[in-house]
Amino acid sequence: MSTLVIAEHDNSTLNGATLNAVTAAQALGADIDILVAGAGCGAVGEQAAAVAGVNKVLVADNAAYGHQLAENVALLIAEVGAGYDNIVAAATTNGKNTMPRVAALLDVAQISDIIAVESADTFKRPIYAGNVIATVQSADAKKVITVRTTAFDAAAAEGGSASVEAVGAAHDAGISEFVGEELAQSDRPELTAASVVISGGRGMQNGENFKLLDGIADKLGAAIGASRAAVDAGFVPNDMQVGQTGKIVAPDLYIAVGISGAIQHLAGMKDSKVIVAINKDEDAPIFQVADYGLVADLFEALPELEGKL
Amino acid sequence: MKVLVAVKRVVDYNVKVRAKADGSDVDLNNVKMAINPFCEIAVEEAVRLKEAGVATEVVVVSVGEKPCQEQIRTALALGADRGVQVETEGSVEPLVVAKLLKGVVEKEQPQLVILGKQSIDGDNNQTGQMLGALTNMAQGTFASEVKIDGDAVSVTREVDGGLQTVKLKLPAIVTTDLRLNEPRYASLPNIMKAKKKPLDVFSPADLGVEVTSHLTQLKVEPPAERQAGIKVASVDELVDKLKNEAKVI
Ligand SMILES: Cc1cc2nc3c(=O)[nH]c(=O)nc-3n(C[C@H](O)[C@H](O)[C@H](O)COP(=O)(O)OP(=O)(O)OC[C@H]3O[C@@H](n4cnc5c(N)ncnc54)[C@H](O)[C@@H]3O)c2cc1C
Repeated sequence: MSTLVIAEHDNSTLNGATLNAVTAAQALGADIDILVAGAGCGAVGEQAAAVAGVNKVLVADNAAYGHQLAENVALLIAEVGAGYDNIVAAATTNGKNTMPRVAALLDVAQISDIIAVESADTFKRPIYAGNVIATVQSADAKKVITVRTTAFDAAAAEGGSASVEAVGAAHDAGISEFVGEELAQSDRPELTAASVVISGGRGMQNGENFKLLDGIADKLGAAIGASRAAVDAGFVPNDMQVGQTGKIVAPDLYIAVGISGAIQHLAGMKDSKVIVAINKDEDAPIFQVADYGLVADLFEALPELEGKL
Repeated sequence: MKVLVAVKRVVDYNVKVRAKADGSDVDLNNVKMAINPFCEIAVEEAVRLKEAGVATEVVVVSVGEKPCQEQIRTALALGADRGVQVETEGSVEPLVVAKLLKGVVEKEQPQLVILGKQSIDGDNNQTGQMLGALTNMAQGTFASEVKIDGDAVSVTREVDGGLQTVKLKLPAIVTTDLRLNEPRYASLPNIMKAKKKPLDVFSPADLGVEVTSHLTQLKVEPPAERQAGIKVASVDELVDKLKNEAKVI
């Protein structure tokens, strides 16, 4: 048995989500290889080789893979993956974009967003915004899986000594091209990896007021998130959305400010260890999942909280 | 340019779905059903393309049992021209839905296929990408902006790091994210008109597709419940609890 894990990276650094995917892959009980597809991504190959528990790293370095265009990368993964029993990736936007394409090329189902491995063919995954956990069994000989990273610990980034091999396969479907990107720049920890997250909702009233969260985030080393309502209203960019259809987070401490607690928002944060809610409506549903609820006007509570930390 | 939009009938997003006591499946008795919100955004985008003179016809397709015709009619009321139902029984896996949609794509030959990025029941986020692989079309997933540009489409995508723009050769596939547009409400006259718009029904066999099953749902269960928490009376108490009780700061 063998498992191919698809590396998440930006051509220079291996993204931590890959380490969670490796842990999920280990639970499948097979040897693990990592595929790094990119352009000028040699350094990522070396980082992947250092991950504990990895057998071999395959590096496909080609301009066609530089921006992770699914049309090209899926062809590569389907070809390389032909020799494996399992193909696993983190459920990042890259994984979600590419892996179903791989599954269809291989004519197998994809098992999305797994949170537990019960056995080599049986998995748990949340459905209906996480209100229900389904146990599903796959009848396919080859399994294509995406992993909810918050459900698996990160494998050690150091300690491994995998061999590194180049993969020659060049697939350019010629039907898509990368035009540009606008990536959020921030010195804060990444939302999905932070140990503290403070999120603002519609109650913040505008983007300017999100600055009220900055000082607290600085003191706690927190990432800043948001509800869909805050993103839709243009207060903050889309990459900050936490929830069923945004990012899934499970920090040690999650502070929800001016967020009502709709099921779609809860789906993205209710596995946090400790939840704090600050809301002026004492009946807001967010209090039903909060360990500590403070009924207060956020415009008074936030400056006070910053001062007292 | 013809646009094909795929829509799914799902539980209304306000419903908190629960597992049946025996764990055999979710309990969908007497719950409100609706068009999947992401599919509604897909319909709206197609209708806007038509209103802008870019699309000439908007065809809406749903794979499902007879009641999904309600959701097709909803889409027709929002401005789609014509409906197609692929009649199936029970729940159908994304790979099979993609194969059935491929059959419809071959019949209809659209230049653009718009789908929701995920349906809020299975939360799979697969069908559009699978259809892309099966038809060898390019895909602009999680779209927040779609611009037709001659024989190509520019799609701005919501990705983990921010936004990414790709250019795809037509015919192509787009899957919608929340910021693409804000769907309109259907007016009463349009709801009446929608009842008269054509709706064709096909079987999987008509499309040459065998409905197979790769996954078995063994059981469903509620997620781990959180212990009820407490209300703190002041910011001081909150800070004290976080420091000394939860020990997270
Ligand atoms: C298909 C679909 C997908 C979705 N996906 C997501 C998702 O991924 N993530 C997500 O978050 N949502 C998602 N939603 C939206 C979700 O249903 C809610 O609409 C949204 O989460 C509400 O955001 P909110 O809590 O900020 O706003 P509201 O529900 O408007 O709540 C604002 C809260 O702020 C409080 N407040 C206002 N002023 C103050 C003040 N001065 N001090 C203190 N408190 C104050 C109010 O009491 C209220 O509780 C989705 C919806 C759909 C249909």
